[in-house]
Amino acid sequence: MDIPTNLKYTKSHEWVRLEDDGTATIGITQHAQELLGDMVFAEIPPVGRNLKQGEECAVVESVKAAADVYAPISGEVTAVNTELESAPEKINQDAYAAWLFKVKPTNTSDLSGLMDAGSYQKVLESEAH
Amino acid sequence: MLKTTPLNQTHRDQNAKMVDFGGWDMPLHYGSQLDEHHKVRSDAGMFDVSHMLAVDIKGDSARPFLRQLLANNVDKLTQSGKALYSCMLSPEGGVIDDLITYYLTESWFRIVVNAGTAEKDIAWIQARRDDLAPDLEITPRRDLAMIAVQGPNARAKVWQVIAGSQAATEDLKLFQAVTYGQYFIARTGYTGEDGFEILLPAADAPSFWNALCDAGVAPAGLGARDTLRLEAGMNLYGQDMDETTNPLESGLAWTVDLKSERDFIGKQTLLENPARQQLIGLLLLDRGVLRSHQKIVTQYDNKEGEITSGGFSPTLNLSIALARLPSEVSPGDEVQVVVRDKMLRAKVVKYPFVRNGKSLV
Repeated sequence: MDIPTNLKYTKSHEWVRLEDDGTATIGITQHAQELLGDMVFAEIPPVGRNLKQGEECAVVESVKAAADVYAPISGEVTAVNTELESAPEKINQDAYAAWLFKVKPTNTSDLSGLMDAGSYQKVLESEAH
Repeated sequence: MLKTTPLNQTHRDQNAKMVDFGGWDMPLHYGSQLDEHHKVRSDAGMFDVSHMLAVDIKGDSARPFLRQLLANNVDKLTQSGKALYSCMLSPEGGVIDDLITYYLTESWFRIVVNAGTAEKDIAWIQARRDDLAPDLEITPRRDLAMIAVQGPNARAKVWQVIAGSQAATEDLKLFQAVTYGQYFIARTGYTGEDGFEILLPAADAPSFWNALCDAGVAPAGLGARDTLRLEAGMNLYGQDMDETTNPLESGLAWTVDLKSERDFIGKQTLLENPARQQLIGLLLLDRGVLRSHQKIVTQYDNKEGEITSGGFSPTLNLSIALARLPSEVSPGDEVQVVVRDKMLRAKVVKYPFVRNGKSLV
């Protein structure tokens, strides 16, 4: 499975991309979408909401199940991908393009605690066993 | 160790996502559950349902035995091949299983039971047999595989694959079956579409499956099977009813024959316990997805109910559910469903939601 090396990851299968403007873009990984199957609904936190690292902040639902999305870092939501409201299947089509929301990080140190692609690969391998 | 059907390797060869389904290693989907769903509604799809079990009941007392064993009345079966959907109840009136009974001859009936309940069912039926009709032979047919071919074009594709089967099966009415060579072909299903459920020798199942595939029938997994049956408003054992629920509160009153003089196991309890709840449909008005076990609040003294089966309807493109609600609730009412930390609005409707490719709501 391809795990983009320009992204950071969490054990709960979110990805994070640090942008040039200092914000962080967040989505769920290819592995997560594969586990869930066809997406039918996404509930994304509104712009302006302050998230604490690790809190349940969004929900993605597939035909099979609902899954919580946890905030990979603390910060204020600055943008949400409204396209997913009418087209949640975009997550299935390309999980790394179909971002959920963007956050302005409260502590840049949160980012250094995230995994790189290699570590995330190891998490997936250990889950497979 | 998971149990496997004769098609296990075939599913793996077709890149199925396999899951543990009540102890059986079964295909959930072959890529996209939604595509499989739409294929069944618009063309033809097929399901491996070999985990379900056919049981032959043979002997002169087969009919009188089934008259007592089943809540529906097998005396409705007068023509060879005719099928009847029924519950098998406990003396306490709970649903041990729901099943289909085929009448073949006066000394040969065949029932098809659910996978998860098969062992319990056999034990129950054998014990009743020992009491009521010791001469009866009860034979589980694990030597047979079962494939459901469903969709508007399903029958035509089966006719293409089984040479000569068209003449033998095109006059079959709904809920009627016929034996054709090594195939037992029934015009039944669990999707709300036309089609056949076909029993055949286990060893021939993979080649038959592949031939159907070549004829353009799409393999479909348990995921699509569940969304199709929910849209069709068909009960799922273990979710919409079980041994703790009254069939009259589970949308199954139409299958329980309380009118005839005939006595059957569970009848007395049902007569003594009138239904206070009902199984009814819900359409979600807000955004989200209804799921089983979510609580429902009604306008009737805040009496509560619960979703028994909920999900996303690919045909209607919104969320639907079957729910057990107080008897006062009627179609057109609005109820509140507790979804995580929110109360979502849902409209009460009659089900089925979809039949033969068309929305009914």
